[in-house]
Amino acid sequence: MGDPLVWHRLQFAFTIIYHYLFPQLTMGLALLIVVLKARALRSGDEAYNDAARFWIRIFGINFAVGVVTGIPMEFQFGTNWSAFSRYAGGVIGQTLGMEGLFAFFLESTCLGLLVWGEKRLGPKRHFAAALALFLGSWLSGYFITATNGFMQHPVGYTHALDGTLQLASFWAFLLNPWSVAQYAHTMVASVVTASFVMAAVGAYYTLKGLHGTQARIFLNLGVTAGLISSVLVAFPTGDVQGKLVAKHQPVALAAMEGRFESGPRAEINLFGQPNVKERRLDNPVRVPGVLSLLAYGTFSGNVRGLNEFPQDQWPTHIELLYYAFHIMAGLGTLFIGLMGLAMLLRWKGLIHRTRWMLWALMLAFPFPYIATTCGWMTAELGRQPWLIYGLMRTAAGASPTVHAGSTLFTLIGFTGLYFVLGLLFLFLIGREIAHGPVSGAGEVAHG
Amino acid sequence: MAELWFWLVSVMVALYVVMDGFDFGAGALHLVVARTNEERRTVLGAIGPYWDGNEVWLLAAGGSLFLAFPKVLAAGFSGFYLAMFLVVWSLILRGIALEFRSHVQDTLWRAFWDAVFSAASILLPVLLGAALGNVLRGVPLDASGTFELAFFTDFRTGNPVGILDWFTVLAGLFALVALAAHGALFLAWKTDGPVHDRAVRMARSLWIAVVLLWIAATAATASVNPAIFAALPGRPLGWLFSLVALAGLATVFTGLAKGHWLAAFLGSGAFLLGLLAATAACVAPVMLRSTLDPAYDLTLANAASGSHGLRTGLVWWCVGFPLAALYFAMLFRIHRGKAAAAAEGEGY
Repeated sequence: MGDPLVWHRLQFAFTIIYHYLFPQLTMGLALLIVVLKARALRSGDEAYNDAARFWIRIFGINFAVGVVTGIPMEFQFGTNWSAFSRYAGGVIGQTLGMEGLFAFFLESTCLGLLVWGEKRLGPKRHFAAALALFLGSWLSGYFITATNGFMQHPVGYTHALDGTLQLASFWAFLLNPWSVAQYAHTMVASVVTASFVMAAVGAYYTLKGLHGTQARIFLNLGVTAGLISSVLVAFPTGDVQGKLVAKHQPVALAAMEGRFESGPRAEINLFGQPNVKERRLDNPVRVPGVLSLLAYGTFSGNVRGLNEFPQDQWPTHIELLYYAFHIMAGLGTLFIGLMGLAMLLRWKGLIHRTRWMLWALMLAFPFPYIATTCGWMTAELGRQPWLIYGLMRTAAGASPTVHAGSTLFTLIGFTGLYFVLGLLFLFLIGREIAHGPVSGAGEVAHG
Repeated sequence: MAELWFWLVSVMVALYVVMDGFDFGAGALHLVVARTNEERRTVLGAIGPYWDGNEVWLLAAGGSLFLAFPKVLAAGFSGFYLAMFLVVWSLILRGIALEFRSHVQDTLWRAFWDAVFSAASILLPVLLGAALGNVLRGVPLDASGTFELAFFTDFRTGNPVGILDWFTVLAGLFALVALAAHGALFLAWKTDGPVHDRAVRMARSLWIAVVLLWIAATAATASVNPAIFAALPGRPLGWLFSLVALAGLATVFTGLAKGHWLAAFLGSGAFLLGLLAATAACVAPVMLRSTLDPAYDLTLANAASGSHGLRTGLVWWCVGFPLAALYFAMLFRIHRGKAAAAAEGEGY
């Protein structure tokens, strides 16, 4: 308890998981809003503008919470992880600096125009504002993913004389293959979240018999985008990401699967509990060969087990990593099934009358949030015990002058503040959904 | 190259103070300059389109500091740990108050968020001013390049130093009054009616207080860190920016006398910008001064990133900075004219 490291890690984990509940919706929603605005512009159908206006209001509340919970993330590099910042700032300062200058200014300007400027801008320029907001938020996503990509798989750096890392090749750093793959996977996942939320609201209105036209638009777009993104998040983006883990972080892959023994025709574990002390998986339900195939594209691929690695290289929380990965992968598979069925019903024109499917869609929206959170936990727990893979251990990155009393103080502060923030957020979102989309060419904001 | 980046970071910090400063100032005066719901909506409507973008200057400046001088960021942020989180929490509460207030038409809901917004807007300038005071006074940096500071010790400026002492509290007070005066001029320019009249009245007395506190803060700085003023004769940029600050101050008073509100507001922006830039010119090349031993100072030479990173950063900075400036020009153009309280059901 006296070791501040555990509190530093807990605080960063808590604040980043909480923060990412909001951008994962807004980034995906930005794309769906562009689609709605584009259809309004092309068809001239005012219903699409009403739909866009409703989702811009939801976007606005989420964006506000995303912005304020994002500020501590930027600060914590310096406050809690100063040894890491000192060591790697010469490299990751590039992407963090670019995010401010290229993405945040664009986002804050365009959101203002989108929310307050529909009348002043006219339809075409209002569409342009939506497009620019989408661009800004997806750009911001890239810069931060590239920062994480460097921590997962450092490239483009050199060691300076004083031992710190410095930039050697900007393009190698920026176009790190790990960052590109992780970005694609992350962004598609954010579309999954947004689609599920849109479909859930559509299903809710349909079941209640409210806002007929809007409910239909939400359901149709939510299900279509939901199916496309659910497939893409697994294949090719998740697949590529998995192969990178197998290649560059084999010990993380072994821990994700609770695999202790090495060998070809490695099985995938659908179920089971990792028993790290006894070095085995309890109660396993297995499909032989699949893990070799997924990791190396052939059944004969040798997937190394944890026994092959020295214990000080093992991820520090193997059990949590194992469950995080399995929950993500399991939910991802279910998403394809649910959205595939919903799409079938949509094609047959039955979805608006199939009550069990509407119930399922309405209740499904929390699961992409869970899957995304588990996905990031897989990435970050799999990176352990390294802060920068192979270069700096997590224990070496914390601020040397900040003691456990200070860290726990701020962690307690965040817990209280974020609890209140969460209540307020749910209250406001609940009001918006109860209020519903209203027709008319009014401004987006209402009292 | 390190010196160029020192100036880029300084300019961005100064821009942050000038830009977010006017909405901090408006917020600090919020409860007194606007009494009715209609008047308060006028204040919020005036800063509404800008405050979020203004705050981005903080993140952009922080990002540039991270890129160019990671050792300064690492030492400073971890050394001021608890004070940093006071800043973070105040920024969170202030942002939430601004965004959430308009969503519910209820007098208690709005009174609550008005109070939160105003309290956070008062606390933030004090904290930022105290932070600048700490940089000027120095912090107990040791051979490892780190330090740890208590919130307060004995309120004296000698070792052991604390974040708050008589000097840094004075700096915080000066920052609060200066930004309140700056915000009053923004409201005088951007609003009409009772809010405008009260803002003008407040600006008149606040700017006299600014001059008095400026003299006091300058004298205090000379006693706490005499090296700054000893360096001034050899720093032409220091002279130049001091003149900018003085010219800004003169513009404020003539603008206030003649009713040229925009001129007065621009003058106060020039005053703040000049003051901060002159300070930067005089402290360079020291970025973070050690109270223990000058050998432990973090300087341009020993804190800068590698030259390849600095050159690369400069390339994209030269693209990104004009873009950011363009967005702001666009924002001010679209929202030109006086801000009125939006009709109930619309806007703030």
